[in-house]
Amino acid sequence: MVYLTRKAEFSASHYYHNPDFTPEENARLFGKCNNPNGHGHNYTLEVTVKGEVDPRSGFVVDLKKLKEVMHREVLDAMDHRFLNKEVPEFYKQIPTTENLAIAIWQRLESKLQQAHLHRVRVYETPDLFVDFYGEK
Amino acid sequence: MKAHLSRRYLFSASHRLHSNAMSAAENRETYGKCNNPHGHGHNYTLEVTVSGPVDPSTGMVCNLVDLDGFVHQEVLSRYNLENLNTLKEFDQTVPTTENLCITIFEILQRGFKSAHLDKVKLEETMMNSFEYTGGIEARS
Repeated sequence: MVYLTRKAEFSASHYYHNPDFTPEENARLFGKCNNPNGHGHNYTLEVTVKGEVDPRSGFVVDLKKLKEVMHREVLDAMDHRFLNKEVPEFYKQIPTTENLAIAIWQRLESKLQQAHLHRVRVYETPDLFVDFYGEK
Repeated sequence: MKAHLSRRYLFSASHRLHSNAMSAAENRETYGKCNNPHGHGHNYTLEVTVSGPVDPSTGMVCNLVDLDGFVHQEVLSRYNLENLNTLKEFDQTVPTTENLCITIFEILQRGFKSAHLDKVKLEETMMNSFEYTGGIEARS
């Protein structure tokens, strides 16, 4: 089994707000992230797939195809977007880094043909990141 | 859905590697420059990984304010700009980065209850890093 990781970067804005909470609760829980005008990050995405090395190609996965899937399913939808308003998963869900990692996993999982998705890692900043392994 | 959240922090401290169980010659041979009696310092990077179900009402494994508050109060304020050899936990234990990593894991495991502690990773320099998962096999 070999693990292969491909990185990508995208920039997006978001804010944290739960309409079921009072304004005071939202402010207490989410602090500055509750500003409805949003704020932005340069996100780094790491997608790790795993599989056996194909003896003919020497590849776990064709990197060109993995890159295409990541661009089509994730970057085209999220890069330079306001996540709360433009990405359907976040019309109702709060676009935290946790939920972003889960949404990216769900977008990629069924689209990868040769290799199995092992991990989605999303860096919101260099000192904060979330890993999702598809665990329920 | 279970997610794993990692947060990185910086602190600086000095230490001297010296074991009372060894002779002066053995200490010099084992620890080399790290045995210098005056000590030396590092800029450490601490990476804490916690996990748990993502709370549907907040979208979070745990509130980052709680994790940051705990780490600042219980770890960074204790070790930043200190000489590790002068602290009671390193009175009888050599303050290697292995031992510091285990000590920090234990502080977090004892006191931080908002999420499950997966791992403490401690980078001593850009070239050396240590990870402790409480005796459980680390995840790739």
